[in-house]
Parts: sequence; structure tokens; C-alpha cells
Amino acid sequence: MIINHPLLGPRDASEFVYKGDASLIERPDWQADNAAELFHDYLYLRDNPAGEHQELWYHEQGDRSWLVVTRNTLTHDITNVELARDAVLAKQAKKSGRGEK
Amino acid sequence: MKHRGLKYSGFKVIKEALTGHKGWKPVWRTPKPKKEYDVVIVGGGGHGLATAYYLAKEFGLTNVAVLEKGWIGSGNVGRNTTIVRSNYLLPGNEPFYEFSMKLWENLEQDFNYNAMVSQRGILNLFHNDAGRDAYARRGNAMMLAGADAVLLDQDGVREMYPCLDFENARFPIKGGLLQPRGGTVRHDAVAWGYARGADSRGVDIIQNCEVTGMVIENGVCSGVETSQGTIKAKKVAVCVAGSSSRVMSMAGMRLPIESHVLQAFVSEGLKPILPGVVTFGAGHFYVSQSDKGGLVFGGDIDGYNSYAQRGNLPVVEDVCEGGMALMPMIGRARLLRMWGGVMDMSMDGSPFIDKTHIDGLYFNGGWCYGGFKATPASGWCYAHLLAKDEPHPVATEYRLDRFQRGAMIDEKGMGAQPNLH
Amino acid sequence: MSQINRIDGGLLDRTQKLNFTFNGQTLEGFAGDTLASALLANGHKMVGRSFKYHRPRGIFSAGSEEPNALVQLRSGAYQEPNTRATITELFQGLEATSQNHRGSLKYDFMAVNDLFSSFLSAGFYYKTFMWPKAFWEKFYEPVIRAAAGLGRLSGQDDPDIYDKSFLHCDVLVVGAGPSGLSAALSAGRAGARVILMDEDFRMGGRLNAETLSVNDQSGYEWATQAIAELSAMDNVRLMTRTTAYGAYDHGIVGALERVTDHLVSSNNKPRQILWRVYTKRTILCAGSTERPIAFGNNDRPGIMLAGAVRAYVNRWGALPGKRVAVFTNNDDGWRTATDLAVKGVEITAVIDSRDGQPPVAVPNGAAVVMGGRIVDTQGRHGIKSITLSNGQKIPTDCLAVSGGWSPNVQLTCHQRGRPTWREDIAAFVPGGELPLGMMVAGAAAGNLSLSSVLQDGHNLGNKALSDLGFKPTTETAAKSDEETVGISAFWHVKESKARAWLDLQNDVTVKDVKLSHQEGFRAVEHLKRYTTLGMATDQGKTANIPALAVMAECTGKSIPETGTTIFRPPYTPVAIGALAGRARGKDFRPSRLTPSHSWAEEQGAVFVEAGMWYRAQWFPKAGETHWRQSVDREVTQTRASVGVCDVTTLGKIDIQGKDAAEFLNKVYANAFAKLPVGKVRYGIMLREDGIMMDDGTSARFAENHFVMTTTTANAVGVFRHMEFCRQCLWPNMDVHLISSTEQYAQFAVAGPNARKLLQKIVDRNHDISNEAFPFMACGEVTVCGGIPARLFRISFSGELAYEIAVPTRYGDSLVRTLMAAGEEFDVTAYGTEALGVMRIEKGHAAGNELNGQTTAQDLGMGRMVSKKKDCIGNTLSERENLNRKDGLSLVGFRPVNRSDELKAGSHFIAKGKSAEMVNDEGWMSSVAYSPSLGHSIGLGFIKQGSERLGEIVRATDPIREGEIEVEIVSAHFIDPEGERLRA
Repeated sequence: MIINHPLLGPRDASEFVYKGDASLIERPDWQADNAAELFHDYLYLRDNPAGEHQELWYHEQGDRSWLVVTRNTLTHDITNVELARDAVLAKQAKKSGRGEK
Repeated sequence: MKHRGLKYSGFKVIKEALTGHKGWKPVWRTPKPKKEYDVVIVGGGGHGLATAYYLAKEFGLTNVAVLEKGWIGSGNVGRNTTIVRSNYLLPGNEPFYEFSMKLWENLEQDFNYNAMVSQRGILNLFHNDAGRDAYARRGNAMMLAGADAVLLDQDGVREMYPCLDFENARFPIKGGLLQPRGGTVRHDAVAWGYARGADSRGVDIIQNCEVTGMVIENGVCSGVETSQGTIKAKKVAVCVAGSSSRVMSMAGMRLPIESHVLQAFVSEGLKPILPGVVTFGAGHFYVSQSDKGGLVFGGDIDGYNSYAQRGNLPVVEDVCEGGMALMPMIGRARLLRMWGGVMDMSMDGSPFIDKTHIDGLYFNGGWCYGGFKATPASGWCYAHLLAKDEPHPVATEYRLDRFQRGAMIDEKGMGAQPNLH
Repeated sequence: MSQINRIDGGLLDRTQKLNFTFNGQTLEGFAGDTLASALLANGHKMVGRSFKYHRPRGIFSAGSEEPNALVQLRSGAYQEPNTRATITELFQGLEATSQNHRGSLKYDFMAVNDLFSSFLSAGFYYKTFMWPKAFWEKFYEPVIRAAAGLGRLSGQDDPDIYDKSFLHCDVLVVGAGPSGLSAALSAGRAGARVILMDEDFRMGGRLNAETLSVNDQSGYEWATQAIAELSAMDNVRLMTRTTAYGAYDHGIVGALERVTDHLVSSNNKPRQILWRVYTKRTILCAGSTERPIAFGNNDRPGIMLAGAVRAYVNRWGALPGKRVAVFTNNDDGWRTATDLAVKGVEITAVIDSRDGQPPVAVPNGAAVVMGGRIVDTQGRHGIKSITLSNGQKIPTDCLAVSGGWSPNVQLTCHQRGRPTWREDIAAFVPGGELPLGMMVAGAAAGNLSLSSVLQDGHNLGNKALSDLGFKPTTETAAKSDEETVGISAFWHVKESKARAWLDLQNDVTVKDVKLSHQEGFRAVEHLKRYTTLGMATDQGKTANIPALAVMAECTGKSIPETGTTIFRPPYTPVAIGALAGRARGKDFRPSRLTPSHSWAEEQGAVFVEAGMWYRAQWFPKAGETHWRQSVDREVTQTRASVGVCDVTTLGKIDIQGKDAAEFLNKVYANAFAKLPVGKVRYGIMLREDGIMMDDGTSARFAENHFVMTTTTANAVGVFRHMEFCRQCLWPNMDVHLISSTEQYAQFAVAGPNARKLLQKIVDRNHDISNEAFPFMACGEVTVCGGIPARLFRISFSGELAYEIAVPTRYGDSLVRTLMAAGEEFDVTAYGTEALGVMRIEKGHAAGNELNGQTTAQDLGMGRMVSKKKDCIGNTLSERENLNRKDGLSLVGFRPVNRSDELKAGSHFIAKGKSAEMVNDEGWMSSVAYSPSLGHSIGLGFIKQGSERLGEIVRATDPIREGEIEVEIVSAHFIDPEGERLRA
């Protein structure tokens, strides 16, 4: 497979290390009342879709970026790649934007 | 329940040969689904068929259907490296796999089908002192659970497998943990043997019947929607390995499972050169030689979520590198075929055989790439759970809530990341 | 008498005679021959035995689809089993032997199987061999195993080398026949980067074997010109002897180039190269494969594919027979009759399964039977005659059979492609979703006439160009006369009473398919698995479609309704050595060497693999004959005076930024935010699931600058995890990480004289006295007159100890300086064994304890896990099962009988309880002989261990047939109060 790194261009997937579902970037609040349940669901439960999947890849043999890759688990086609950091910051911005309303 | 099918034997083969093979009957019937069953098993793989067989034979439940979306045995029972073993470490696992091993040892006489159970031994190599210590711990755990284990030093390994790289290895072989009762089984025959045994006891095996939905009302599951219509059931038993998340999502459930692809490989046929199963401790490679002569081998999963029954080259190369590092004599053997199977990789590398929070809905899955060896025990224990509504004594730990309780069964100590198990 | 069946013509270099041997007999051929063509030229028909019935087998095809003519090539360690004679290029000195027979090829003892064939029907083995139970493994299976298999491995290490590499291009053209050459010409002329590969050693494909003309020249002359034109283009790479064997994701194609297989010796060049081709467009021009018709005894040597017979005559000047008959269901079969007749070969008969008139002129003297059927053949070691359904018997020594041509769709199926049926050519053509960027041209796409093939290749070459933004040239496609390609599907002769073969190698017959149907194995995959159809080395290239047709007939459905056969990589088998490349022996994985490696080698150190690293395990001195002597001495000397150990392999991570302290506070389970500058703290790191991930230290060199160490084993994983935390969990933190494991050489200096030794090399302006630089201090210093260094006062051994780090380039001289300066203290170098002994004596956990299954609580560090802050792992570490009252804890063990040796891996059983799993209370994780205490000591996990100090339990070790009594003691065997390390 080839991953089109947002900073470095197309790189062979063997340069990367795979972690799993990109929902792992949304770590729960440790002080929530149901923190134990939230952390359980966060760490252990997966949608595991047959189709489009957002997932985390780490460019270990490269620039050490964590990427959020949108890839189809049936066809392996990759439709989007972004820096995980950007994805997290965008999510945060969206959340705080909603919060203000 | 009495067996009402054809009895196979050497005598029968001779008789048929002399009369033009006219007397052989279909190994299983092709029935139309009934409106309702006591138990509907979703998934006609090894585990589903074994479950049906033991439900009928051991627990007297014969109003049972096995629904298979394609052809039976088309999942991992039809695409694995055929290894059976019970060399586990943890108390949650070892008694279960040893139970399975004992069932393997009597399987063929039990279901009157030659699945070629061949206990030629499985040898796990170690390459340093820490590896030896870990295998000693494991071997002792196996023996405490009534299984067999032998700790070999380098000379012991050399005697069994003189063709390994002892002289020039990057990670020298220091010894190995041998389970003499481990070995291989003709994988497809397992599915067919269970299918035949279940069918002859009245179980309906329905191929080309895809489950498209669950009938659930007020927290009770009373059947399934299928491509051949609605089928009612007192109990619905899901057993679909790589498709676990897809099927259970029809019941609104998320599972502690990811689907990953594992590739396997077979070489051209060769005259016998490897007596048993060998696994390399310093790379991703394990190998045995089939009765037809092919080297059957595999390694690590590709490592990314996938429902495609195929993998990519980096893992192919990695596996062959392991093979050449371990036994450089296979360089001139040719890889004939490679294929991929979809593995239901669980969060701790261990399976589930459990009721769900929905009444009447049961789940069996999370076998990772170790499901084949578990087939008999998985079928038996699932049948036990379905028939009695309580777990079989060797499968008490395979609960869906174990992560909530912190009761992981993590043989490799890799944590909640499926592709590391 | 040599080359009795050699005739004029063909693409051979007759000036180069090549001698070779087959089964020890010396024979002669020419450059340009394959082993198969040379054997035919020498009149050899029978070359092997089939898999199951050990029936005589001859040459069947002229290509990589060959099911029959498999030989053992070369000898000794170079022995190469199952090699297809049809694609083995002849070379001077080639050695080949036939396979799969006991006794001679002609008189194979195993041929007795054939007499019992009716007992050995498809799947017979599933129904028998079950009684008595023990007989399967002891008797039946060994017999079956010995009879099965084909060729033999030598059992010796493969002496050849293999390379792997990458190629990049705009357009990859797979197959250099007429369509491939056309496609490469149109793409190449427009300037695209083109790779054209072909499995043959001569490009041209069928043009080399046919008498058809292109652009008013002979086909092979046109091909030769096209190849010359392409060779002259800088943007085109031509690769002969190269097979594209697999299509992988995102346009990556795997290809195997056979570099020296056609030479008598590889001469230290790589035997083969595995290419991974990264291409934007792939044009698959893989041609088509002829398939046979099944009829009684259709497996005898001399029965061949019609196209192959013609190829041997036209390309190789080799006659497969002197009196040739043809059996066909299509016009192409007739071409064999015509071509051979032109060469003066006697055509005894042409039997066409179709009714009506012959499609072309009938060769002189040939009997023509339209609507004819062959029901049987005769000839024990080679065909002698055929019998028709009308009872007529026709003598013949070669029967050319054509059942039509199947497009080579294999690569289109390697991902999601599912071929579709085309009734007009009675064949599957590429269908479904093709691999990314792949197009199919020519016969592979089902275009069976030469003129359409040429046009198709040209068009798709241009299509690739326009897809990629190149401008096609105005050149047009090469032209050829339209030839007739009519076919009427005909798969097997129903009237045949004798067995009719479908899979020639695995001995699958029409009856087997029928039996498979009768027993319910009707899905294509069931059919394959039950009968072994298509599982042989040829992957059923000639067998699958006819077998599918027989199954369709049984089920009463059409072929496409019955199923499709799909294909998995590789297209043809690939040597495992090639897939491994250079990664074998010592080069299996990279070797990481510590900065003191050369020095340690000079000292005669024994090294041990630690991940990729090689570390000094111990340093034997003159007179020491057992490793224990060396290790005991290293420990004793260190504890008595001072020792030096290279600890560079520990992971080192530099952490900087305004939020560095807060970041550490979140990745470590214990508190770090308030660590003062100039101090080091021991830290434990949990995984998010609350299990111990790693331990180590972090030193605060400045307000915003920390240096972390990790264990050797987890260095990579911890860094990856911390980058995950930094980028994915807390991207707003001002913190940056860099791995500096390889940038610093680090040495432990331990023992009562450690300070005195260091004071000799640390520059005097740095005060490292106990007062100025106490236990757990850290600082930047200079050594040896200005070399920058980092100094940490930390101790793994339990002694007064330091770790000192210098830039890696000074590592070698630092160890030499330390050892020289330490002479007056009787300094010793110590290796990983002594390190291990001292850490066990001190009760420190290491890899055997941090095994990914244990919690901080198990390790006696439960209280370090802060409940007052958010850190990785603390929420889930609170789960009930991880906090059981009867949970494990890490404690020390010593043998009740002090002379007993403890064994790591033993399990603990309470006295009086039976040794079984229900009574298993834990295990011994690490053991050592303590020279300080004079007996064996161990660390281990046992239930409620910390509350059971003083209790005696059994350490049972059934796998080594041992059991001893051990006492549970504190894990701190040495200096439990820690006075030494603060001294």
C-alpha cells in the first residue's frame, strides 16, 4: 500500500506502524462520573466497519508523524490522509465552537 | 441421537470401488429452511458446524439450523495452516485448549470421517535465556493442566530438525518447547466431517443463506432475517469469526474485536523433509509439511484492519525472510499459493463464548488466528452454553465483560491492541 | 544418434551446440532451446510421473502452464525440484532428472497405484484409514506422505543469493506478445516511462511460434524490429525472463526476474531478483492459454496442446511426433495441422468435434472426421493410436488437442476482480473491479485474432498515455490479416468409458468431478478442495475451466451459474529464497553495536543478542573456563570496588518545551511535575489498560528539559507511545521529543570506588562529592578536559553508582579512559549477566517481570500510581480484577536447602497441595547465583506474596523433572536499607 503523507508525499506503507481506529485520539475525561465505563468503551470497543475506516498510522521510518488515514477495509483504497495533530485540533475547535453557541 | 447416515469404512470404499461408486450419497442434504428452529447457528464455518454437531450428539438438540452465507467451510476453517496444539500459558486458556486437543485425538472415530489428525509435534524455538525461562514457565503450566510438554536444548532441536540454521544464524537457536501431541489436521475435512455428523442427526445446513438482520424486540432476540426469509429461533448463536462485528452490529452491539487479514502460504509439493510443526522465535514464521508434500507456512498478520481476503507484499517478504533465516534449505522451494483470511482479532488475543445482554442472542468469536485448533472445544463449549445457559467449566473466562472487570487473558502481554496479539 | 526429431527452421542458434543430461544420458540441443524442446528433438516423450497414480507423463505444453513435464534440475545443494522443462532454457552442462518414481522412470514401482485407481477415487482417504486408531500416524500416513510430493529438496542451505529492489514507471506492460509490443510501442514513442516484461527469454510471445504475418513481414521479424525500436528508447526498460506474479494494492506489482537460471553457474551474481514495481498504469497483455478436451486415457505422453505442438515445430524445429493427429473444437486447432503439413509432417487425422465443413483446406492425406470424438487412446509409455467413437483406430505418435483458449486473467483477480463468461469464445474474460490502474489488452481480454490483438494493445497504450497526460504519437497499429477463430464449446467426450483426465498433475478425472457432485461438493471451491483439482504446481491453468464445465453439466446449470474460478498470487510459483532476498543468516536483521563494542571485542567479551543489539554478556579472563567464574568475579569486584558497564542500549529520549514537566506527569503514573532541576526520578509508565508498560528514569536538566531513559526492549515502543500522546492526545502542549539513544554512549560506573574513579576523569571544576552530587542528582559536566557529558547518580546494581553519557563518538575512548583510570581500583568491566545478577540481588524488576501482564501493584509499586492526576493508565488500573486481595506480588525466593539451584519458570504450589493448575500460585521469573550470598536467589510472583514472607512453598518444575522447597523472602537481598547507594 502507499500512503500519501501530507508533508512528504506518497510513501510505502511499510514505513509506517499501524495503531488502530482513529477514535483513539478522543481520550475520555478521567474525572467524568462514569470514567471507568468511558475508558472501557474507548480502549476496548470498536466499530470495526467493513468499508470506510479512519485509522491511525505512525511514520516510524520517517518523520514520526501520526496520521489519520481514511481507508476502505474492503478495497484498501485510501481517500484521505491528514496529520493526526490537525485532526485533533480541528475536532477541538469544532467542539469549542459548539460550546459558544 | 442416532446417526442415520452412511457409515464410512475401508470396506465401504472397496465395495463402492467395485460397483462404480454409485452408492455414495451427498455428505450433507440441501434442505429448505424451516420457519422455526430451537437454535439457529449463524455461520457455517468450523465452529458453527462443530456447535451444531455437539448440540445434536451431546445435548440432544436437533431442531437446529446452520446458516451459511456462501459455502460451508469457506471461512478460516478452509484457509488456515492446519495446526493443532494446546501449548498455552494462562489458566483461562490452557484447560480449554487441552480439552480441544483431547477431542481432536478422538475426533475421527467420533464423527466417522478421516480428518487426518496427525500428532507430529509442535516445536516453538527460543533464542535466549529469557525465552527459555518463558517457555519453561509455559511448559510447566501446560503440564500442571495435564498437557504434555518437553523442553529441548539445542542438541535436542538439532536431532529433530538437522536442517535448521545452527551455524550462521543472526539469532542462534538455543532450544525449544516441544508439544509432542501437537500437530496438524486436514482442515477442510473438519468442516465436512462435522457437517456430515450434524446433518445425519437432523441438523439443517443451509448454504447461500445470508443473515441480513436480527429480530429483536424488548431486549429479546427471536430470530433472524435472511436472504431466504425470516427464520424464527428460540436461540440465535452467532459464530462468524471475521464477520463478527458486522453481524453483531445488526443487534446494535459493538465488540472488543477488530478484523485483520492474515496471509498463509503453501509451496509446491515436495518429498517429506519436515517431520512436524516448527515455529521460529526470532521472526514471524511457522511451518509444517502437508501429507501432499507442500510446505504450509505463515507468519504475522498484515497489521491493519481489513475485510479483504488478501494481503500485501511486505508481510509475504517478512514471512519468507523468517523462513530463510530459520531453514535456508527452503530457498529453492517455490511458493505456490498465498491467500488471506479475515481474523476476528480480540483486544487481548483470547476468544469469547458468551451470552449477550440480549436474551436469546449468543456470541462466539474473537479467535484471532488461533481458531482452527479450538474448533472441537469451541463447538462443544458453545453447545454447552446454548443447551444449559451456563458456561462449560473450561470456558468460564471467555466472557464479554472481562475488560470491564480487568480480567484480560493476554497470553502475549501486548495490551489492548489487536494487531499485536 | 542425436536430435532424431530435429527439423529445419525455428529460432535457434545452430552454431551453438549445447550438451545436457537427462536421467544421466547425455543429449544435445541448441542455444534457443528449452529443455522440453531439446528433449522432444531427441525423441524423449516420457519425462515424469503423475502425482497420485504415477502414470507416465510427457510434455504437454510449451509454456509456464505445464502440468506434466516437471524435472529435478541441477544437483547437490543447487538441486531444484519441480522445474518446468517447458520454460527451462537449455544451457551447456544442464542436468535434469525425472521425479516421483521409485525405480526407473519407465518401470516405476509406485505405478501399482494406477491398478488400484478405482479405490483411490476423489476424497477416498476421508472415508477410510480410521481403524485401528493408531494406524493413521504409524502406518497409513507415512506411506501416503512418502508417495506424495513430487521433487526433492537437497536439505542443504541454498547456496545462491537473491536480490530485491524497486522499480517505478508510468506504464507497466506485462507480456511482450503482439499486444504487449503494440502497447509498449505506443506508450514508449510518446515518451512515457515504460517497463515491458515477459516471462520468456525471447520477447514476441505467440509471434515466435506462429506463421502469421504482421505488416507484411513474418510475425517474429516484426517482433524483432519492435524490440529493437523499444531497446533504443531511453524511457523504456525491457525485461525478459521476468514474470509479473502478483498485483497488490495501490498499483504495486510484484515481479520475479530470473537472472542466472539460464546459466550453468550463477558466478556469485544473484540468481533471481524480486522487483516491486510501482506503476501508474498496468497494461496486462498476458495472452491466453490453450486448454485440452477430456477423453479416455487422454493423459499419455505424446498427447499435447495443439498450439504447443505447432510451437515446437515452428519456433524450435523439434518434432513432437512423426505421425500427428489433431483433435479440436475450434479453428485454431486446424492451424497446427496446416503448419505441420507445410513442414512435411504427416498428419494422420483431424478430428473436429463440430459438425459441418472443415474451416480451412485439409492437409494432404489427413483423414478428416467432422463431428468426431476420440474415446480412447493406446500406448503404455507414449501414445501409439487413438480410437474414435465410431470404433475406428488411427495410429499416431502425437495427438494435438485444442479445446479453445482461455484468457490469462490471473492478475486481474488478485484483488477484487471476478471474471465474466463470454459465450462466443467459451471463456472467462476479465471482469469486476480490476486492480488500481490495470487495463487488459489482446488475448488476455478475449480478443483472439492477431489483428484485433495488435490494435487493442496500441489503443490501450494510447489510453494510458492520455490518462497520464502524455500526447500519443500519430503512429498507427501494426496490421495483420484477419484469421478465423471460430469455436464451439466442447469439453469432454461423454462416450469415453476409460478415465478422462482434467488435472493431469494431480490425477483428477471427469469421474472425480462427477463423484464430487454426487457427494454434494458442488461449489467450485468444494470441488477443488475435495478433488484437489487445480491445486498442483500449475494451479490448474489448463484444467480448471474444463472441470468447471463438467460440473456445470452435472448441475444442469450454465458455467457462469456454476461458478467462476478466481486466482491468487503468484501467477507462477516463486522461489522462497527470492522473496527473502538477502535477509538470511547474519543479515536476517540489522546489527546494532554499542560504542564500546570494539573495545569489548578486544577484551574477548562474549556477546549476546538483545533485540537488534549485540551486548557484552561477560568478559572472560585468562584461566576462567566457565561463564559463572567470569560473572561471579565481575559482580564481586564491582561490589568490592568498581565496575563499568555499557548501558547505551537503554532508550534515551530528550524532552523539551514549556510543558515538558506536565507532559511527563501525564505519561508517567507517578508524579513528575515538581521534580527539581538537577534531580533524577524513577518513573513507571502504564499502558492505558493499567498494565505496566515500562520503567526508567527521567532527569531534569533544566526547567524545560528532561532526559528520559527506557528499558532496552521498550525503547522504540515507548517513544512511539509518547509521540502518540504528544500529537494525538495533547497537541496543545508545548513539548518536543527526540530519540537520542544512538547519540549518546552511556556507561554505568558502579561500586564503592565509583566516585573516586569518576573524579579522575570529570573535569575538576565540577564537584561530584556526595554533598554536591547526592543520590539521584544529575548534571551536565565535562570530562577529560572539556568533553561534554551528562552525569546521573542512579543505581541499578544497588551500589554507589553513576551513569555517564558522552556523545557517541567519544564512547570508545571513554571506556578505555575509565578502564585505564580504574586500574588503581582494580576496576572490572561487567556484562549483562553480572548486571542481571546485581539487579536480582537488589530486587529490581526487569524484562522477565515487566512482561506486559503485570501491574504496578503486582510489582510492589501500586502506591506509586497517583490517583490525584490524569495520567495514562490510572483509570483502568482501578478495575476490580487488577486489585484483587489475593493478587500476585513480586517477592524474593531462596532455596531452603541453600545448595539447591532455583529455576526460572518453576511454578509455586503450597506445601501439601497437589501439583495441578488449580493449586498454581505463581511462578519464578528470574534467578541467579548470588556470589555475594553464596547461593541461588530468585524473584517471582506469588499470590499475596508480600504477606507471606518466611513461608516455605514448593517450586515445582515438572518440565525439568525438578521440585524444591523455597522460602519467600524480601526481594531486596542486598542492602535493603539502600545505604550503599547513598554513600
